Amino acid sequence: MKEVPVGFHDARKNRVSKFNWMSILGVPLAAILFQVVVPRFIPDLSYLELPLLVTIYFSLVRRSPVAGVLFGAGIGLAQDSLAPPLPLHPLGMFGIAKTLVGYSVGSVSQRFEVGNPTVRLVLTLFFFFFHQFFYWFLQRALLSEPVDFEFLQTIVLAGLNAAVAVPLFHVLDKLKVTD
Amino acid sequence: MEFFNRYRNLSVLLVAILAQLLLLAYQAKSNQDVRLIRVWAASAVTPLARVLEAGRSGASHFFHDYFLLIGVREENRNLKVELQRTEMDNQYLRAQLATADNAKALSIFRPSSRSKTLAAHNIGRTTDTSAQVILVDRGSSDGVQKGMAVITPEGIVGKIIGVTPTVSNVLLITDPSFAAFVVSEKHHNVHGTLKGQGTGIVIVDHVENEETVEPGEVFLTSGEDLIFPRGIPAGQVSSVREGKKNKEIYLTPSGIQNGVDDVLIVIDGVHGAIPEAPAADQPVHMLPPPDLDPSAPEADVPAQSSAHQTDLDRAVQHYRDSGAVRGHISDNKNGGGKNSAPAPANSAHP
Repeated sequence: MKEVPVGFHDARKNRVSKFNWMSILGVPLAAILFQVVVPRFIPDLSYLELPLLVTIYFSLVRRSPVAGVLFGAGIGLAQDSLAPPLPLHPLGMFGIAKTLVGYSVGSVSQRFEVGNPTVRLVLTLFFFFFHQFFYWFLQRALLSEPVDFEFLQTIVLAGLNAAVAVPLFHVLDKLKVTD
Repeated sequence: MEFFNRYRNLSVLLVAILAQLLLLAYQAKSNQDVRLIRVWAASAVTPLARVLEAGRSGASHFFHDYFLLIGVREENRNLKVELQRTEMDNQYLRAQLATADNAKALSIFRPSSRSKTLAAHNIGRTTDTSAQVILVDRGSSDGVQKGMAVITPEGIVGKIIGVTPTVSNVLLITDPSFAAFVVSEKHHNVHGTLKGQGTGIVIVDHVENEETVEPGEVFLTSGEDLIFPRGIPAGQVSSVREGKKNKEIYLTPSGIQNGVDDVLIVIDGVHGAIPEAPAADQPVHMLPPPDLDPSAPEADVPAQSSAHQTDLDRAVQHYRDSGAVRGHISDNKNGGGKNSAPAPANSAHP
């Protein structure tokens, strides 16, 4: 029998998690609402990128790049529509960044045991950084905004978001529909 | 089609990215927002945000009062039952009152301002955390338009940069893209441009080094930007130093010091006057010290100059002159004070 390294999993044995439509609509909406309402009272929580964490989670457990693209584009555009209007923030900035994240996570998830907390921590850490870097790239390339990339700050924020992601993903696992 | 089937994942990704790039390109070229999407999103989220805000406000005030009550109860164990019952009965009402405090302040301010304003409540921030933009619960259905000024009784808060029927985006004074024309309250010839910096401090730009600006003086809106009515406080100078060509003036914004929970949107602005600030070396009128000895005779009051005489003083003087002509002698040693009446003919009698 072929041995599978720790953390990796035979793709054929992976199960695709399913959710009811209430969870698929409600969880991203709650994440965006959190981002709009909560930092007003607890400004320190503005570092939490819950819409991104939710994108990573659904793309991870659905194990499909196409599903990842749809989740990423949908959540990103919803986030865009509640961002400041032109000229500060055109629609599509979060959408493009999260579409790429969703696709990448969906592709990667086919090769990993996505239920493992360590895998989730590392993937969230990496994809948070990827998202922030790509968003910064879009700001520079498409909008010509003279924004600097805060490398150290992004690393710290990635760690904080990854730390929140592990228990959050565990809670979201409870919403899975079992056959 | 075979290509699509073979590279299905990649094709979906490319289509999604391309569609959003086209959306971006359209906005950049036309310089117009895709309003419909923003209106849908705001309409979907606003009611939920309002419910959350109402629930949070009520709950926080309730628990705040409750924990205060626990502290009191521990210190006053003997009054525990009675106090708790009374306080619990009143908690809801107190929470309502606390919530209404800001609104009350605004309601006092509104009639005193000549500008027509609309009270609005902050319901959250936008999803782009790098921008200092808040959402308020008034939109185009309430008459709000893009470009309107947002103020509090203490000063300016920001301006409206986006409107949907139910919600408006307010660009705060602290955002780096914010700008407003201001003038010094003390030195009316010192004009500048107030700019946000992304922090709690704002700067006033375009003030030349030759101009006089001192820490502590207040800058007011000048009205030249056609957004903010003239005469509204913008901030107080916290520090000032000379730059290469222009002064570097740092202001503490006055309008957001007490938070931006409740604000006023200026629907129809009326320019006010720039008040004269009192000069530091202006002489101050002071009364002489009071006589501590109550038995001492009344001190003489210096004679008034004719410039400060009232009609009554002039009447007294007229009667005194007439009396002198007739041989009467007035016993008023003050020479006719403001409230002294002419001595009657029988005044000498006990």
